[in-house]
Amino acid sequence: MSYMKLTGAQIVVECLKKEGVKIIFGYPGGAIMPVYDVFYQEPSIKHILTRHEQGAAHAADGYARATGNVGVCIATSGPGATNLVTGLANAYLDSIPLVAFTGQVPTNLIGTDAFQEVDINGITLPITKNNYVVREVRDLASIIQEAFYIARTGRPGPVLIDLPKDIQLAQTEFKYPEKVSLNGYKPTFSGHIQQIKAAAQEISKAKRPVIYTGGGVISSNASSELRDLAFKANIPVTTTLMGLGTFPETHPLSLGMLGMHGTTYANYAISAADLIIALGVRFDDRVTGKLSEFGSQAKIIHIDIDPAEIGKNVLVDIPIVGDLKKVLKKINEIIDKKENTEWLETIKDWKRKYPLKYENNQELKPQYIIEEVYKISEGKAVIVTDVGQHQMWAAQYYQYTMPRTFISSGGLGTMGYGLPAAIGAKIGCPDKTVICISGDGSFQMNLQELATAINNHLTIMIIIMNNNYLGMVRQWQELFYNKRYSSTALTGNPDFVKVVEAYGGTGIRVNKKQELYPALEKALSLNKFVLIDCIIPGEENVFPMVSPGSPIDQMIGVD
Amino acid sequence: MRHTIAVLVKDHPGVLARVAGLFTRRGFNIESLAVGHTEENNISRMTIVVEGDERALEQITKQLNKLIDVIRVRDIFPSNSVERELALIKVNTNSLANRSEIIQMVDIFRAKIIDVNSQMMTIETTGTEDKVNALIELLKPFGLKEVVRTGKIALFRGSKSASLSNKKQEE
Repeated sequence: MSYMKLTGAQIVVECLKKEGVKIIFGYPGGAIMPVYDVFYQEPSIKHILTRHEQGAAHAADGYARATGNVGVCIATSGPGATNLVTGLANAYLDSIPLVAFTGQVPTNLIGTDAFQEVDINGITLPITKNNYVVREVRDLASIIQEAFYIARTGRPGPVLIDLPKDIQLAQTEFKYPEKVSLNGYKPTFSGHIQQIKAAAQEISKAKRPVIYTGGGVISSNASSELRDLAFKANIPVTTTLMGLGTFPETHPLSLGMLGMHGTTYANYAISAADLIIALGVRFDDRVTGKLSEFGSQAKIIHIDIDPAEIGKNVLVDIPIVGDLKKVLKKINEIIDKKENTEWLETIKDWKRKYPLKYENNQELKPQYIIEEVYKISEGKAVIVTDVGQHQMWAAQYYQYTMPRTFISSGGLGTMGYGLPAAIGAKIGCPDKTVICISGDGSFQMNLQELATAINNHLTIMIIIMNNNYLGMVRQWQELFYNKRYSSTALTGNPDFVKVVEAYGGTGIRVNKKQELYPALEKALSLNKFVLIDCIIPGEENVFPMVSPGSPIDQMIGVD
Repeated sequence: MRHTIAVLVKDHPGVLARVAGLFTRRGFNIESLAVGHTEENNISRMTIVVEGDERALEQITKQLNKLIDVIRVRDIFPSNSVERELALIKVNTNSLANRSEIIQMVDIFRAKIIDVNSQMMTIETTGTEDKVNALIELLKPFGLKEVVRTGKIALFRGSKSASLSNKKQEE
């Protein structure tokens, strides 16, 4: 059997088609032009031109989170490649499946400091699950196949493929391998049955169990198995920021988010628990507070697909390595129904005594904005956030009921993530309402992507919580630096309404509380890109708050 | 506690940087590292000596296993293994008395003199790390001009093995 001869650039595109890629986010440049030339002639893959490579990486990330598919981005060598770095690190820390292609100088120039040459492989070693420099065109197809396989399986993550220009032009017979075979990579999918039985036994014995879920439940598409477990054994569920949406927050068993800005009752519950069932989480410092006191009264069951997460931060009593969906299914089969009445009463009591609260006065409060967004979207929107106070309010005051409806930069905390990620989410889910919650600081870190959103006619609503401050840093300065507001006042912000109008979108300014709902209604009815600039009080704080390094049951802003 | 880890890796560019970088990034210090080809095509073996408690070792092993290019990681316990290191030691021999004393020591340690002139000798020695250390200590008073060591390599005793063929059998 003979195969067609194709150029490296054509092989890239053929492989993308084999992998089912329909959308790719990117920005062209000298060293990647052969691939772009093939895109020009290829109708089945839509290329979205962002206005900065970081926007492309974040958009691919937002697309991946909203759809569960691998996100793909592409950039040229040198600065194009380095501009992807933040986006790759962001995806790496949140375990998001991404494949990034970068152009590279021709192989005979590598190592000579040629124009726009940078060792992107070396730079991205610690922030990719794996990366490649393609040195022979005959290896290209199998490398691309491997990259997609690695990105989406096991603990997902970003993979980078560096494509020297001569490789893009060289020809070889194209043959897509039938399957990937990697002897150094074999994720464990089904958990150890003895461990699963031990876990089930602990669940039946526990008097004060709490389920603590994270992004792993979303990656594994295990939300319904999680619900089955919680409902069958009547176990309250708290989620990390990354885990929002894994369990319906409207259900009485939901404790909302835990950790630094978690609910009081979630933090109390996990501190008082005698059994913590940790699902797809990594015991991050923003969740645990003082590590030695986290769950100190509890036995810990930790289920994760990545063995390196188990025992990394806390000692675990029952570790189970495996795919959550499979493991939970088995646990659910063997556990018995259970009531936990007394424990649920205690939690109910905490919920009554310590609800999430803020002073809802005549001012346009950010928490109120989120509540109104929740109402008008009937809890059905995909909420994308930037990073800072607005992100925490969006996490606290919107009630998430479905996975992949809260999209936020968790591990890296990347300001500037919101708008490009919302673009990716909207392209991935065109039928859903996508609302980006941002701040005046974060928005300005990637506002050039307004052009991408508006030129692609994306119906996205972006709400700027404009307090003329880098609000979260300012809050820390208020609490821990005696109000020395060093470089956190964003004086001289532009008029965001005019900015969005300059790009051809619609802008609405909201100064007063009563203007908000009509503005939201109008924005939704317009069916186009709308920015709402909400002028909020300058010194509003996110509460409750656990000071860094404190045990999580000691919170500021709780009385 | 010091551990000796055998790491089987795919033999291609960048793999050393990937493994070494992981140690730095996770805050583990490499005391020695030796790399070379193995009995299998395209597979190299790294022998890495690292300081850390059991928990640190577990974390290193798991993190190494996550690297796609790493095929197998084994902790090689000293009690159950043979280990060797090779050193070349260039030492001053400016007096005749020194010279015969050094030759005696070389004999006792079953080392070899592999280069000599009127000013110096180069000695080759192979053995456990302790033996190499001991010889170097004894030669110090004569004036060491240069010392180079390969870092430790190790194999399990008997039929136990860290090799890939053995892994396949175990599976």
